Amino acid sequence: MHAKKHFHLWEHFRRRERKAATDGRAVTLGALPAGKTATVAELQGGRGFTTRMAALGFTPGAQVTMIQNFGRGPVIVMVRGTRIALGRGEAEHVWISANGGEAHEES
Amino acid sequence: MRNHDEAARSVPSVLGACCADGSGPTQPVGPCTIRVALVGQPNVGKSTVFNLLTGLNQHVGNWPGKTVERKEGIHRCDGVDIQIVDLPGTYSLTANSLEERITRDYIIHERPDVVVMVADAASLERNLYLLSEILCLPAPVVLALNMVDVAQQQGLGVEPHVLEAALGLPVVPMVASKNQGVRELVDTVLRVYREGPRGVCRPDIREDHREVLAELVNLIAGSVPEPYPEDWVALKMLEGDDEITEMMRARLTPEQWEQVHRVLMKHEDAILAIAGGRYEWVRRMTRAALTVPKAGQITLTDRIDKVTTHPVWGLFVLLGVLGAIFWLTYTIGSPIQAFLDRYLIQAGAEWVRTALAGAPWWISGLLADGVIGGAGMVLTFLPILVIFFAVLGALEDIGYMARAAYVMDRFMHLMGLHGKSFLPLFLGFGCNVPAVMGARIVDSPKARLLTILVAPLVPCTARMAVVAVLAPIFFGAAAIWVSWGLIALSLAVLAVVGIALHELVLGGEHVAFIMELPLYHKPNARTIGLSVWQRTMGFVRKAGTIILIVSVVVWALSVLPHGEVDTSILAAVGRFLSPLGALMGVGWQMMVALLTSFVAKENTIATLSVLLGVGGEGAGLAQVLPTLLTPASALAFLVVQVLFIPCAATVATMRQETGSWKWTAFSVALLFILSFAVGIGVYQLALLTGWGV
Ligand SMILES: Nc1nc2c(ncn2[C@@H]2O[C@H](COP(=O)(O)OP(=O)(O)OP(=O)(O)O)[C@@H](O)[C@H]2O)c(=O)[nH]1
Ligand SMILES: [Mg+2]
Repeated sequence: MHAKKHFHLWEHFRRRERKAATDGRAVTLGALPAGKTATVAELQGGRGFTTRMAALGFTPGAQVTMIQNFGRGPVIVMVRGTRIALGRGEAEHVWISANGGEAHEES
Repeated sequence: MRNHDEAARSVPSVLGACCADGSGPTQPVGPCTIRVALVGQPNVGKSTVFNLLTGLNQHVGNWPGKTVERKEGIHRCDGVDIQIVDLPGTYSLTANSLEERITRDYIIHERPDVVVMVADAASLERNLYLLSEILCLPAPVVLALNMVDVAQQQGLGVEPHVLEAALGLPVVPMVASKNQGVRELVDTVLRVYREGPRGVCRPDIREDHREVLAELVNLIAGSVPEPYPEDWVALKMLEGDDEITEMMRARLTPEQWEQVHRVLMKHEDAILAIAGGRYEWVRRMTRAALTVPKAGQITLTDRIDKVTTHPVWGLFVLLGVLGAIFWLTYTIGSPIQAFLDRYLIQAGAEWVRTALAGAPWWISGLLADGVIGGAGMVLTFLPILVIFFAVLGALEDIGYMARAAYVMDRFMHLMGLHGKSFLPLFLGFGCNVPAVMGARIVDSPKARLLTILVAPLVPCTARMAVVAVLAPIFFGAAAIWVSWGLIALSLAVLAVVGIALHELVLGGEHVAFIMELPLYHKPNARTIGLSVWQRTMGFVRKAGTIILIVSVVVWALSVLPHGEVDTSILAAVGRFLSPLGALMGVGWQMMVALLTSFVAKENTIATLSVLLGVGGEGAGLAQVLPTLLTPASALAFLVVQVLFIPCAATVATMRQETGSWKWTAFSVALLFILSFAVGIGVYQLALLTGWGV
C-alpha cells in the first residue's frame, strides 16, 4: 500500500533493533510495520497472558508477520498460518528480533 | 503414565459392555451407548458435525466462541447409540475462560469413551497444539481433519494418511459443511471403540524440563485426586495453571507444598519451554504430511480485510452493514407485517366475531381479542424476524463478526472492555439471551460482568419489531429514521452506561484483547437456513406459549369484573401507573402494555391490540392509536419501550450467568430508571420545542 512509508518504518525499526542489540533494549511486536516478518523472542506478562499467547503459537522462535499496524489501536498479525488480532497493549508485550539478514517480505 | 487401555476400561460405565471387543462377554442387552466428545479449537466445525449427526440445531457461524455450553445429542447407527457431546472450542487445555473450563472438565471428569478432536486443516499446526495436550489424557482419540476444502483453496497440501502414520491415530478428512466424511468419521469412532487405541505417538516434554517434571511427579505422587492423571497435573502446575495449582495446594501438606512451590518458582520460564516443545512435536508430526505454499501470496481474506478492518473504512462498513440490516428488514418486512395485520388478524377476528355471534360474548371476545388479537398479532412479526435472522446469519457465516469486533475494539476501550465483548453484544441484536450467555467468551470475570450488564441495552429484534409496527402509525415515511434514531439512542446509552460503570465493575483492571480472525467463507445456504429456522422457531414457540398466555390473561383482566374495560382490574392497575405515564403524555393502556413487555417484549403489541380491540370494535391499532397519543408521546413511549428493563428470560439468564441477585437487581433498577428518565426527557423536550404535540 504505502510502500515508501513502510520502508521508512522498517528502516526505523531496524535501526532501533540494532541499537537495542547494543544497549540491551529490544523491540516489541507493536513496533513491527505492516508487511514485515520477525521472530518472537520473548513474552512478557502475567501467566494467563503467556499461556494464552503460547497456545496460539507465539513461542520463542515463531515467525510473526504484521498484517495491519497503524501505530495506534489494535494490530493484526499472522502467526503459524492464522490471523490473530491483538490489542496494542498485548502487542507491546511480545518481544521480537528482526529476522537475520534481509527479512523476507510478505504481502 | 497410567496404562491407556486400563484407564479406558476403568470408566465406570454400565454401557460399553455390549460393544466391547472380544475380551468381554457380548450380551445383547438393549441398544448400547458410546459416549463421544467433540473437542477442538474454536471455529473448526464441531457444532456443524454435531448438528449433522444428531439432527439438533446448535449455533453455527464463522467466528470463534459460539458454543459456550456443552450440549448432548444422540446419533443412532447400526443399533448403537452414540451419545455425542458438543463442547466449546478451546485453544489449549489450560483453561482461561469459563467456556474453556467446561471443555476441560468434561474430558477429565466425564471420561468420554472416544474423543473426536476436530481440527481445521487450514491451520493444522495450531490445531495440533491442542491435540498434543489431549493425547496426555487417557482417552482414545480420533482426529477429524475438517475444512479440507478451505486448506485446498489456501494452497495447503495435507496428506491424511501420512499424518495418520506419523501420529498413530486414525485421521478422517472431512468437509463437514458439505456432509463429506462424516459417515467415515462415525465408522472410525466405532472401530476405535471396539479395537481400542493403537500405538499413539505421544508428545514428550522437552529434554530441558524432563527432570523437573519427574521431580514434581514424585513430590505430588499419591496426593492427586481421581480422575486426574498424575503426570498431567504435574505438567499443568509447571505451566502455571491456577486451578490445578490451587487444587494441589489444598491437598498437599504445608511441607510438601513448600517443596513443590520452590520447584515451581525456580522454573517459572517453563510455560514457554513446554509450549515450544509441543510446537516442535507438531512440526515433527506434520513435516511429511503438510506442504505450505510460499509466503507472499495475498489472499482474498487479506484483500477484504484491507477495508473491513481499516480504522476508518472499517467503521463505515460496520455502520453501513448495521444500517443495511435494518433498512432491509423494515422496507421489506414492515409492509408485509402491515398486510398480514390487515388481512389476516383483523379479518380473522372479524370472521370469528361473526361466526360466534350466537355464542356467549366472552367466547368470541376471548378468541377474537385475546387469542387472535394478542398472540396472533405477534405472529405477524414473522416476516420482519425472518429477514433479520437471514441477514444476521449470512454475516456470521461469511466471517464478518470478528471484523466488526476488531473495528469496535477502540470504542470498547472507552468502557474498559475490548473488541471481543462486541461479539456477544452483536448477537444481542437478535436476542439478548444469547448475548448474555455469549459473554462467557470474555476472559476476565469482571469484564464479562460488565458485558452482561450492558447487553440488555442492545435493541433486540423483538423490541425493534414493536417499533416497526408502531413507528409507521405515527411517523409514516419518517418511521425508518425514527427506528434508526432509536437504535442509535440505545447504543449511545449503552456506551454511556458502560463508561459510567467501568470504574465500578472493573476497578481499572486491564483486559487483554486476543482474538482470532477467521478466513472469510462463502456463505453456506444450509447453515444460514438452519440458523434462521432455529431462531424463528424459538419465536413461534414463544408466541404459542408465553405470549398467548399473557394475551389471554390481559384480555381476562380487561373485562373482569364487569365486562367493561374502563372498570376492569387492568384499568385499575393502569391508573395506578398513570401518574408516571402522564409525565410523557401516555395513558394507562400504554403503561399496562409496557408492564406486560417484561414477560416478553412482543407483548407490548399483543396487549395494545387486546386492549384497544376491545373498545374499538375491530378497528386496528392504526386507527385507534393516533386518537390516544400525540406523536411526541408516541416517540417518548417508543424510547421507554426500547430502553425498558429486559424481558424475563434475559433477567433469568443474567441471574444465572452473574450468579448474583444483586447485580441482576441493579441492572433492572438501572434500566427502569434510565428508560423513564430518557423517555420523559424526550417528551418534555418536544413540549418545549412545540414538536408533535
Ligand atoms: N468451507 C468449510 N466450512 C466449514 C466446514 N465445516 C464447518 N464450516 C463452517 O465453519 C464455521 C464454523 O463452524 P462451527 O460448527 O460453528 O464451529 P465450532 O467448532 O462449533 O465453533 P465454536 O463453537 O465457536 O468453537 C461455520 O461457518 C461452518 O459453516 C468445512 O468443512 N468447510
Ligand atoms: Mg460450536
